[in-house]
Amino acid sequence: MRNGSSDLLNEFRQGNVAAFETLFRLHQRAVYGWILRIVRNPAAAEDLTVETFWRIHRAHARFQPSRGFEAWARCIATRAALDWLRTQRPETELPAGLPAPATADPAVTDEIRRKTALAFQRLPPRLRLAAVLAVVEEQPHKEVAEALGISVSAVKLRVFRALRSLRKDLQQQGIAP
Amino acid sequence: MNANDELRMKKLLKQSLPPVEGESEPGHDLWPAVLRRLDARPTAIPWFDWALGASLVAFAAFFPASIPVFLYYL
Repeated sequence: MRNGSSDLLNEFRQGNVAAFETLFRLHQRAVYGWILRIVRNPAAAEDLTVETFWRIHRAHARFQPSRGFEAWARCIATRAALDWLRTQRPETELPAGLPAPATADPAVTDEIRRKTALAFQRLPPRLRLAAVLAVVEEQPHKEVAEALGISVSAVKLRVFRALRSLRKDLQQQGIAP
Repeated sequence: MNANDELRMKKLLKQSLPPVEGESEPGHDLWPAVLRRLDARPTAIPWFDWALGASLVAFAAFFPASIPVFLYYL
């Protein structure tokens, strides 16, 4: 994401809708991409992008230009995505249209992959969010920490707890990962 | 869970949930939807949400040991 000029950010902070639209045009793609990585559902990602920019506009007076728009927007987007994850019930079937693995390990069957994906959806949302960003999307821990508003150690802990819970769930289904 | 288990689980997770690849962008311009959202009146919080919140606070006050359990699932 590219930061706007300081004039633009100051105008946005003062509630200028034209400045807000310019920032929206500059950052909507990055915000949408970030949310899509978390929720993995294009339609929900579009709705949440709108929600995120609505929250951004609502909080314009609290924006600190020194912090940068990018990090702030990502933080708000992450919270919106987390709120959405909390409202979702674990699926019994996986949504269609998700990308297939690029390099599938022949030792891991489709059935194991499906059960793993379903077990992952049963994890608490905040653990799922940390794991999907840090492990699946391979985002740097520092970026994940900033987006979640927690420390890097806390991100690592959440990832570890997510993997441990996932392993336990799979073991209960008779799968020994 | 040792380091090897952790590594195996990471690999399995990546196999099961492939990353979102390439440049992703919305299917259409979202600005009109943002404008509509800005113009919409803020929704009022229903009374039962307040009641639920009050019940949770009361429960936590009477059973403080339950607070970590709530926090875990948040």
